[in-house]
Amino acid sequence: MPTVKGDGMRGLAVFISDIRNCKSKEAEIKRINKELANIRSKFKGDKTLDGYQKKKYVCKLLFIFLLGHDIDFGHMEAVNLLSSNKYTEKQIGYLFISVLVGASSDLMKLVIQSIKNDLVSRNPIHINLALHCMANVGSREMADSVGGDIPKLLTSGETIDSVKQSAGLTLLRLQRSSPEMIPLGEWTSRIIHLLNDQHMGVVTSATSLIEALVRKNPEEYKSCVSLAVSRLSRIVTASYTDLQDYTYYFVPAPWLSVKLLRLLQNYPPPEDASVRTRLTECLETILNKAQEPPKSKKVQHSNAKNAVLFEAINLIIHMDSDPNLLVRACNQLGQFLQHKETNLRYLALESMCLLATSEFSHEAVKKHQDTVITALKTERDVSVRQRAVDLLYAMCDRSNAEEIVGEMLEYLESADYSIREEMVLKVAILAEKYAVDYTWYVDVILNLIRIAGDYVSEEVWYRVIQIVINRDDVQGYAAKTVFEALQAPACHENMVKVGGYILGEFGNLIAGDPRSSPLVQFQLLHSKYHLCSPNTRGLLLSTYIKFINLFPEIKSSIQEILGSDNNLRNPDVELQQRCIEYLQLSTVASPDVLATVLEEMPPFPERESSILAKLKKKKPTATAEGGEEKEKEQRTIPQAQVNNAEPSAPAPLPTVNNLNTAPSGGSSGGAVVDLLGLDTAPAPAAPASSGLNFLADVFGDQPATNGVDDDALTPGAEENFKKFFCKQNGVLFENDLLQIGIKAEYRQNLARVGVFFGNKTTFQFTNFTSNLVLADSIKSAVSVQPKAVEPVVEGGAQVQQLFNIECVDSFSEAPLLKISFTHTSQVQKLNLKLPVIISKFLEPAEMNSEAFFTRWKALSQPDQECQKIFKAQFPQDTEQVKQKVLGFGLSILQGIDPNPDNFVSSAILHTRNQQVGCLVRLEPNKQMQMYRLTIRSTKPEISKALGDLLETQF
Amino acid sequence: MMQFMLLFSRQGKLRLQKWFSAYPDRVKKKTTRELITLVLQRKPKMCSFLEWKDLKIVYKRYASLYFCCAIENDDNELLTLEVIHRYVELLDKYFGSVCELDIIFNFEKAYFMLDEFLLGGEVQETSKKNVLKAIAAQDLLQEDDALQDVLVEYGLS
Repeated sequence: MPTVKGDGMRGLAVFISDIRNCKSKEAEIKRINKELANIRSKFKGDKTLDGYQKKKYVCKLLFIFLLGHDIDFGHMEAVNLLSSNKYTEKQIGYLFISVLVGASSDLMKLVIQSIKNDLVSRNPIHINLALHCMANVGSREMADSVGGDIPKLLTSGETIDSVKQSAGLTLLRLQRSSPEMIPLGEWTSRIIHLLNDQHMGVVTSATSLIEALVRKNPEEYKSCVSLAVSRLSRIVTASYTDLQDYTYYFVPAPWLSVKLLRLLQNYPPPEDASVRTRLTECLETILNKAQEPPKSKKVQHSNAKNAVLFEAINLIIHMDSDPNLLVRACNQLGQFLQHKETNLRYLALESMCLLATSEFSHEAVKKHQDTVITALKTERDVSVRQRAVDLLYAMCDRSNAEEIVGEMLEYLESADYSIREEMVLKVAILAEKYAVDYTWYVDVILNLIRIAGDYVSEEVWYRVIQIVINRDDVQGYAAKTVFEALQAPACHENMVKVGGYILGEFGNLIAGDPRSSPLVQFQLLHSKYHLCSPNTRGLLLSTYIKFINLFPEIKSSIQEILGSDNNLRNPDVELQQRCIEYLQLSTVASPDVLATVLEEMPPFPERESSILAKLKKKKPTATAEGGEEKEKEQRTIPQAQVNNAEPSAPAPLPTVNNLNTAPSGGSSGGAVVDLLGLDTAPAPAAPASSGLNFLADVFGDQPATNGVDDDALTPGAEENFKKFFCKQNGVLFENDLLQIGIKAEYRQNLARVGVFFGNKTTFQFTNFTSNLVLADSIKSAVSVQPKAVEPVVEGGAQVQQLFNIECVDSFSEAPLLKISFTHTSQVQKLNLKLPVIISKFLEPAEMNSEAFFTRWKALSQPDQECQKIFKAQFPQDTEQVKQKVLGFGLSILQGIDPNPDNFVSSAILHTRNQQVGCLVRLEPNKQMQMYRLTIRSTKPEISKALGDLLETQF
Repeated sequence: MMQFMLLFSRQGKLRLQKWFSAYPDRVKKKTTRELITLVLQRKPKMCSFLEWKDLKIVYKRYASLYFCCAIENDDNELLTLEVIHRYVELLDKYFGSVCELDIIFNFEKAYFMLDEFLLGGEVQETSKKNVLKAIAAQDLLQEDDALQDVLVEYGLS
């Protein structure tokens, strides 16, 4: 038996030896039960136990508990020990409470009473025992009844250092569990100044407390920044002998350094220039030290030194403001990528992920691409390989996407099962995001299915179909490629799904080639039919009926399959019903009806990549830290999953709907097939501009309204905004959730603009806000009086917001309407341009030919004229042009221009400061489909502003 | 902050557990089982860090004992390795070349030592001298207690 320290409890040591000598689990349990019975009888017995015996038995119970057995008695005896006047008994009592008694225990009142007594003890060791117990249990009740005394203990000059240390962390624990219980208002400044304390241990403990408080209330603790920087500076410039026992393997105070560096990560770079310089010097010193030869060969030295270095790099990344430091950090991590210590390689890969997201260091990270790829292939530890995958994902951009995606695909063939699914998602996202050539994208996804078909989730193959449907330049290629892929003797069921869907839609594009004639396509698909699950079969049946429409010549072969006994009497209701109905449809419907019913799928509306959503769900932290941060966190368009058939969506093809209501409702198994199959009402008609938006979505760099780039316009906003140049009322924005209408009246320099928000859903919008933001350049030129809008918009309701606007001076930028609300707990943000533009304050003016020419000639200085020659975007229909000119706010003056096709107009622009006359001449050239637009006014900027606006309208 | 620290043997026997946040017993048992399995199956040269749920696990083996800490996402992995090392140094200094048996037979001492070093999941005192001084002061009180017992026994007090 090893020596037992202090006043060993002999009985306990004997008991532990007994347990260790047990030959079997059963013997151990038997010995424990015997002991439990013995202790129970002692506790219940008539003979009062002395403190030593109580302590011994409580300790035995603790040991039994730590072996993994439940203990349901002895708590009262432990509480009794707390009030013993012998230290060792008290100590064991507290230990038992810390380990075994939950915060909710009935005994807590008694425990708290003992804590109160010990806190006022003259012996600091007793005070610390009580504090440790509070820090270990940390219950609300403790915070409530004793917590109030701790700040005083922490900051009082009479408290000895070791008690201060414990008090600091006890307070931290109580703040965590019940922050509202202990108000620290009056103590704030004294707590912050603990950073200056003489005793390093006190500072070490206080820094953790301060960081936790800062997280809750950064503003109140702001003054800690300069203190933390100067403390850090003193440590990093100290020689290792200065700090005596706080130097750890030649590294001065690594724990305190790391805590200070973390504390600073709660604030932006210091505003005060001298503090900022001092911090930069600290960070540089830490980076410099990394280059110095090690002072010891021990791993403890290198770990401690690098722990500080990594935390410094975290701070550099957090501040994200000093390109020099960021690049140095990146180079340092680059060295670690090839270090012999696995731990350092792992951490370097992890930190580089963050550096890759900073614009300053993204390029520097890319230099290490080859090393990272090597790591992916050669690291022996899967957790390190995982980091390499994360980093490749984060460092990917358009320039290296093909290579990175290629490498990841190659690695996927041998990748660990545990990371395959995530890799598939990442490859799919990168391929989509950085595709320039969509044939490449299609190849990548089909390769994914080929290599790791089992790990290709529905989201991935839905997405490739969405993209192929929305991009007609890739459809033929996709059809050809899936056709080839399906030739493989064994192909994954996901390949059959994609193949079935794409050939059903676009098989006609390759049908000209006799090697992929309609019949060959059909036979190829059907050869897989029997190997597939019912879901896939259902999808293939939909493909077959589409084939009947595309290729009437193989109708009879298909009808034969649909009408086969095996299908018409299929035990799977969904399949049976499909066969019967498709067969009937193909027999009854005329080719025209068939063509309407089976029309090509309309483009899918813009939506968040469902794959990205899936990756986020799978790895919330990784994506938040990874490359996505700068992208669409929340899309404007609600994320409609592919598999959500829109029940409220208009059904342009009622026949399809009626025909298939039964199957889609009849069997849950059919639901998946339905999404892409026939019987979903086609997705809601996409807005006119959706093609454009979709592309932008694909490229991933469109300005999304996600808080990172708060001022970026919502997709489609610009187009809709332009529609209002020549009209006052209309729909400014519409998506699945919300319609925004505008009704405006203008009189001279005044405007009354009503904005109508219609909630299209059945759920409330909450936290609804709508604010008009004026760019600095127009703040003085436009004055706005907004009316607030109610924060809740009920489902189906419409609310109005009124803006009274005055034009003070000419301006060229429209106000920005920022809308934000929460719908089914997702925050939605919209940034729209409110169509209040300078031309709205024009008043048409009439004048005769003589007056016009006199004024025209008077405005002959070159800068008073703005001339634009441009190509017609719309048909040059005289009547339409006339309506637009009038709608823009100009008059149409007859008999001035000898050419009757030309338009001559005049108007007065009203601002509060002045009135400006404007003359306009618009000359269409129908042969060339061009216009020449000439505007003259006394103010050059007004001529130009009107020219810019008018140019977009014809 | 550190969420918990586990000490277990190569045979998977738990020797010490310290939880810095309140977890239900059920969760504690499940977590312990999972982590012991996870860590024991790793090979010697592998990385000492792994992701586990939303925590990071940092572990190191000293002779027959594994020390395994769970820290939060923004905590420093390398420094956590040194937290483990400093704790081992403290035990070593106190017991004089510590072995697994010392911790089994003096588990309460291992707890008291830990309370002086880490509190509320944060490092309280990094100076080896200061921690050992605090423990020595406790032992002194213990001896007073023992002396008192003797005096009582002989009817002198």
